[in-house]
Amino acid sequence: MKYQSQKVALYYIYGALTLFAAQILLGVVAGTVYVFPNLLSEVLPFNIIRMIHTNALIVWLLMGYFGAAYYLLPEECETEIYSPKLAIIQFWLFMFAAGAAVVGYIFGIHEGREFLEQPLWIKVLIVIVALMFLFNATMTLLKGRKTAISNVLMVALWFVALLFLFAFYNPSNLAVDKMYWWYVVHLWVEGVWELIMASILAFLMIKMTGIDREVIEKWLYVMVSLSLFSGILGTGHHYLWIGTPGYWQWIGNVFSTLEVVPFFSMVVFCFYMVWKGGRDHPNKAALLWSLGCAVMAFFGAGVWGFMHTLSSVNYYTHGTQITAAHGHLAFYGAYVMLNLAIFTYALPYLRGREPYNQQLNMWGFWITTSAMAFMTFTLTFAGVVQTHLQRVLGMSYMEVQDQIALFYWMRLGSGVVVLIGVTMIIWSLVVVPRSAARVTTGVRQPAE
Amino acid sequence: MDNSDEQLMSSRNLDDIGDADDANWGGLEDLPGHPIMWVLILSELVVFGAFLLVFSAARISDPIGFASDQVQLDRVAGGINTLILLTSGLFAVFAVHATKAGDILRCRLWLLATSVLGMIFLIIKFSEYMGKFDVGIGLESSTFFTLYFLITGFHALHVVMGLGVLGVVAIWPSRINIETGTAFWHMIDMVWVLVFPVIYLVR
Repeated sequence: MKYQSQKVALYYIYGALTLFAAQILLGVVAGTVYVFPNLLSEVLPFNIIRMIHTNALIVWLLMGYFGAAYYLLPEECETEIYSPKLAIIQFWLFMFAAGAAVVGYIFGIHEGREFLEQPLWIKVLIVIVALMFLFNATMTLLKGRKTAISNVLMVALWFVALLFLFAFYNPSNLAVDKMYWWYVVHLWVEGVWELIMASILAFLMIKMTGIDREVIEKWLYVMVSLSLFSGILGTGHHYLWIGTPGYWQWIGNVFSTLEVVPFFSMVVFCFYMVWKGGRDHPNKAALLWSLGCAVMAFFGAGVWGFMHTLSSVNYYTHGTQITAAHGHLAFYGAYVMLNLAIFTYALPYLRGREPYNQQLNMWGFWITTSAMAFMTFTLTFAGVVQTHLQRVLGMSYMEVQDQIALFYWMRLGSGVVVLIGVTMIIWSLVVVPRSAARVTTGVRQPAE
Repeated sequence: MDNSDEQLMSSRNLDDIGDADDANWGGLEDLPGHPIMWVLILSELVVFGAFLLVFSAARISDPIGFASDQVQLDRVAGGINTLILLTSGLFAVFAVHATKAGDILRCRLWLLATSVLGMIFLIIKFSEYMGKFDVGIGLESSTFFTLYFLITGFHALHVVMGLGVLGVVAIWPSRINIETGTAFWHMIDMVWVLVFPVIYLVR
């Protein structure tokens, strides 16, 4: 760690890991309700459990991006954060908003719009948090060196905030509502979040492989171009069979098919850089997470997304467990793993230690990743059976749910294993063993 | 390496780098204009290619419907537009030659001529659309017309963007800029040369 102000990232990383734990716990509870449908139905109904599960995920990922930005901006811009104090206030405000939202949900206070359930005042608070971040980070960028990585990251984070503004517009017509809803949901995860992913992976590759910045930046530009080219009009794949005009089918089919390409380019990028760099970075776990992120994002977002993206397929699979399978692996592969990669990389520097708990962290990686893959398979099978029984043969929804109960049991099993894996990961990141060697100077960075 | 090394690294000439695949753009390196434009051009070709394949596949599933819709297209207007775009491509070539000769004024005039032809293309295309709307044909009249409007509409949108690109490079007419901008323009006329026969002509 070269700059003192990078330490503010610690707040965000610990905050993110706290919400990560909450997200996984609620996920296991939700998985249990699937097999014991009346469990907690009076105290904490399923819709609330799901709300906390998904909201906690999104908030901790965002918190992770803020943390990543506060960690990497000083190194990229070669200057301290504009105002570390503001960054800390921003953190507590964000944590407060997240906590208040969860408490509100438990008492049934929410707007009921999937993923954007936050009451209006919390949405306003989120915008204030975003503005504080954008001001602080942009001022840091302006006073320092401008690199492709920091520019792409900041453009992406600006658009994350701007696109969130569509969350404030909630037309009463459900089809129109969904049109705008996807401006937030799709253009985040299949648009600007991909830029965040590409820029953080590029940062990690520079640091860990020793490949020239010049080479990495070229790859970054290509990945960014491909993401935006396919992702923006790829929004069309959500406008199938929801009351939008039929021409969206053609646009959605063509562009969303191409959305696989940027994810594939990230796999090629990471592996090629690591192979080409041939450098033995001591933080093996961070490298494992980086490579794992690119691969699992390709499968979860790319392959599992393509599986049901064509309008003729989606006609049958829309809103079945196929969607759940894709959603789980895509979020895990692309964005959870991305955050865990940068946390694993940054924490030893922030704590002033040589990389620690590497074995435990990597066991956590394999256990969680295998369990997530298994969960994805069970949900995919559940979705295929559901699609056939419900959409092709026309059986009723609840009758079909009974038929796929076995898959829900297997999903619960894999969920418990995910909980074990995540516990190992969080433990390995947070609990620094006494034996971990201190970095004496605190300045020495691996060669760039 | 420390940061001064890194700065040195980024400022050195691409040609000085020994290992060819390390710091250059690989296969895109030898193409005229900025390599990232070629990433865009290749992406565009994939998209228009995919749309034309989809169109052809849809025609196979409904040859009679497609034939009866196709006769309503104005092939003469399409043919004239083909000649206009090809000529504009030639003018774009002249603009590149002028900039290579260092004659900025001549380069700008050729870019202007290119743009004027691009605008005439748009006017003809617009009047074709109006003609269709007047007889009640719209975006959702049939699969043929949905794809016709989408494909030619996307293409026309690229002509509009191309005019913008030509305008920008005319303001900053360095050789690399002119080559980059005209490469985009050539992509537009090449795509039209594929769109025109597939949609208007093939029986």
